[in-house]
Amino acid sequence: MSDATRMDRREFVKLLGGGIVVVVNLGHLTACRPSRAQGFRRGYPEDINAYLHIATDGKITLYSGKIEMGQGVMTSLTQMAAEDLSVSLDTIHIVMGDTDTCPWDMGTFGSLTTRMFGPAVRAAAAKARLVLTDLAAERLGVPRDSLAVEDGVVYDRSDRNRLVTYGELARGQEITHTVDEEAVLRSVAEFTEMGRSPQRLDGVEKVTGAAKYAADIQLPGMLYARVLRPPAHGATLQRVDTSAAEAIPGVTVVNQDGLVAVLGSDPEMAERALDAVEAEFDVPAPSVDTESIFDHIVRIAPEPETDAAGDLAAGREACDHTFEATYYGGYVAHAPIEPHAAVAEIKDGKATVWSSTQTPFPQQATIARAIGFREEDVRVVTPYVGGGFGGKSAGLQAVEAARLAQLTGEPVQVAWTRAEEFFYDTFRPAAVTKVTSGLDAAGRIVLWDYQGYGAGSRGSDVFYDIPNRSVRVYGEWGRAPEGMHPFAVGPWRAPAANNNSFAGEQQIDMMAAAAGLDPLEFRLMNTKDERMLGVLRRVADAYGWQPAVAPHRNGRGRGLACGIDAETYVALIADVTVDTHSGEVTVDRVVCAQDMGMVVNPDGARMQMEGCIAMGLGYVFSEEVRFEGGKILDTNFGTYELARFSQLPAIDTAFVSNDDLPPTGGGEPAIINMGAVVANAVFDATGARVHRMPLTPGRVLEAIRQA
Amino acid sequence: MKPPIRFTLNGETVTLETEPDRTLLWVLRTDLELTGTKYGCGAGLCGSCTVIVDGQPVRSCLTDLEYVQDRAVTTIEGLAQDGELHPLQQAFLDVAGYQCGYCTPGMIMNAYGVLLENPSPTRDEIVLGMESNLCRCSAYKRIVEAIETAAGQNGGGHE
Repeated sequence: MSDATRMDRREFVKLLGGGIVVVVNLGHLTACRPSRAQGFRRGYPEDINAYLHIATDGKITLYSGKIEMGQGVMTSLTQMAAEDLSVSLDTIHIVMGDTDTCPWDMGTFGSLTTRMFGPAVRAAAAKARLVLTDLAAERLGVPRDSLAVEDGVVYDRSDRNRLVTYGELARGQEITHTVDEEAVLRSVAEFTEMGRSPQRLDGVEKVTGAAKYAADIQLPGMLYARVLRPPAHGATLQRVDTSAAEAIPGVTVVNQDGLVAVLGSDPEMAERALDAVEAEFDVPAPSVDTESIFDHIVRIAPEPETDAAGDLAAGREACDHTFEATYYGGYVAHAPIEPHAAVAEIKDGKATVWSSTQTPFPQQATIARAIGFREEDVRVVTPYVGGGFGGKSAGLQAVEAARLAQLTGEPVQVAWTRAEEFFYDTFRPAAVTKVTSGLDAAGRIVLWDYQGYGAGSRGSDVFYDIPNRSVRVYGEWGRAPEGMHPFAVGPWRAPAANNNSFAGEQQIDMMAAAAGLDPLEFRLMNTKDERMLGVLRRVADAYGWQPAVAPHRNGRGRGLACGIDAETYVALIADVTVDTHSGEVTVDRVVCAQDMGMVVNPDGARMQMEGCIAMGLGYVFSEEVRFEGGKILDTNFGTYELARFSQLPAIDTAFVSNDDLPPTGGGEPAIINMGAVVANAVFDATGARVHRMPLTPGRVLEAIRQA
Repeated sequence: MKPPIRFTLNGETVTLETEPDRTLLWVLRTDLELTGTKYGCGAGLCGSCTVIVDGQPVRSCLTDLEYVQDRAVTTIEGLAQDGELHPLQQAFLDVAGYQCGYCTPGMIMNAYGVLLENPSPTRDEIVLGMESNLCRCSAYKRIVEAIETAAGQNGGGHE
């Protein structure tokens, strides 16, 4: 498929070996493509975002640019295709994130797969079923209306012996259809595949060790590379001596255009060789560190984007009480247990790169530029990805592997160490949020003056009814001004929303307490958003909420927080115990309710909620990247502490039933409130507000002292 | 040339002519092409590389090859017998005690070690035994449930 001209549909089908192809055109999403011409250059029919192929043996393949990194979409996308095709799950094979066989996709992030890509897959499947039914009508000589489909067999309702299989219908066909009309999807009442929780399709491979990740790809003659790294971001290489490394038998040394690498036939040989490299770097004096970063971010922030309504001055006039607080959150690492890895092979003018990435197609373009290849001569294959959380979008390791394969002429593996993973991570940015809010005498919020620095806008929208409000966001994480952060930052599971919720939902809680109102009651009386009301009531019901005004100040507390993310409404309640002598906080129970529209795979959705809650405990209590200028002080899990088994609270999950709404996002929403729900519970337990994440014992004690 | 390293790997005898101070993790993954055992931290801090040596869970990233001389090593690839999943694997599958799956082999092997030591652990004992294994997807709840389930199937005192 390296032909530079656009292929027509007929040729495209020939490549697939005949049968029936139904292509998916996501319409408005194609606007996200950097250039429509990309589709032409790679040789796909230009408007394809995904496609289904029904082969002559009846096997169905779904080709998707989305990838599987634990979120379960391999299973849920297959369920959606199976549902509208009326076939069993095992009839369908899904190919994910292979740039040679899958159509372009911008990447797997933003909880977009089920809500944006899913409907297109369903539409394609429904269209395929229609096409096959038409062919069957012709074949059987009966009108389409008299036919029904069950498990890949089209039959005559009045005579079940008159039947034909999808495979038989696909034989001798070279048909392509585009989904260009409203396809008739199966209704919730008809569902046999959607709305249930089959065993995950990646399960057997994952419990047997057979699942392949990028670093598991082994090619004959492959070299294992280690790359010389600077001690700090911003450091420049002054001198390097690789002679001792070169003297090690079997070691290859590369020193080209700033890339200094050593390669050997096993990872340990490469490590020994790297140890033998002598290098001197010029490290700039640090100008910011873990503590001074917050003032720096506010100082360097660009002009804000403003979303406002009413009049702040009038709001201040109407206030009976005003509340002012500033909230902080440090840098947070993605820290997937699989560090970035890639294997690259260049053969016959074509580069193939197996990469742990959330963005195979953008990475294809990056690699092509780096090695001077045309994009169509670079193939990125995405095996299982061992966790991403937004951190596997940049593709430095894949570029390094491709460059080294080009320079050495051998297949090369670049697999980062944990220290490299911490060093090159695109951290969740540190953030400062300043909020001034106010209540009138009736306990209604009449003022919301909100300023966010560093994090970005996601999650800063006001869903309470506040007549006078201004939300000013000074810079987005993706567009941080030069010099704001001493290293790379990027999207981290629900980017910006974690910091915005930590600030916004504590501020709300503070006002509820000051007004002498139960925090649930206060939220219910200050919003008219039906979905928010529904999810608040659902979580309160699942928890067994009894009205009470915080704080109890008896060492045990409960917190509530809610929000909207990826079009999903989410509310959480947490119970905590605080040791007021040590400042240690234990989360005893978390209840989470979501209104996420139609739930494709309930157990899969629950897994994401449970994972969000448990993962969130890390950033709430311990995760904060420590640094001095561009030097990252945390290099492994000994000092950078993720959530562990012993921190696990009892977790209950619940849904607001809302089948009329198409599925909304599921991978991120439940994590956004973790900071606020715990901080609100700590307030209830102690009467102290902790304004900075993570809530370390020291910060909790300090807050208690000041309360 | 030093004497070869000989050990039992997943029930089969293995003889390797290589340096005894090489790291078990990399020998398993490269020389023996058993890639189910994962690198996560290289410092014994995450548990992704856990294998069983003579009935004890060990961090293969911190284990010299010579340590397994004349010992029996079991990796994730050696748990299933005759195409039948081990009860722990079946339990992880049944309750979905995994998400991205990368830490899963280490979780299952560590749990295998925990159950060898104590076939009917309480929930607290499971948590204590698993405490040094990290799962960034944080599927901890279901991992505990999977181990409890498997302990029950093994005839232990599952509550």
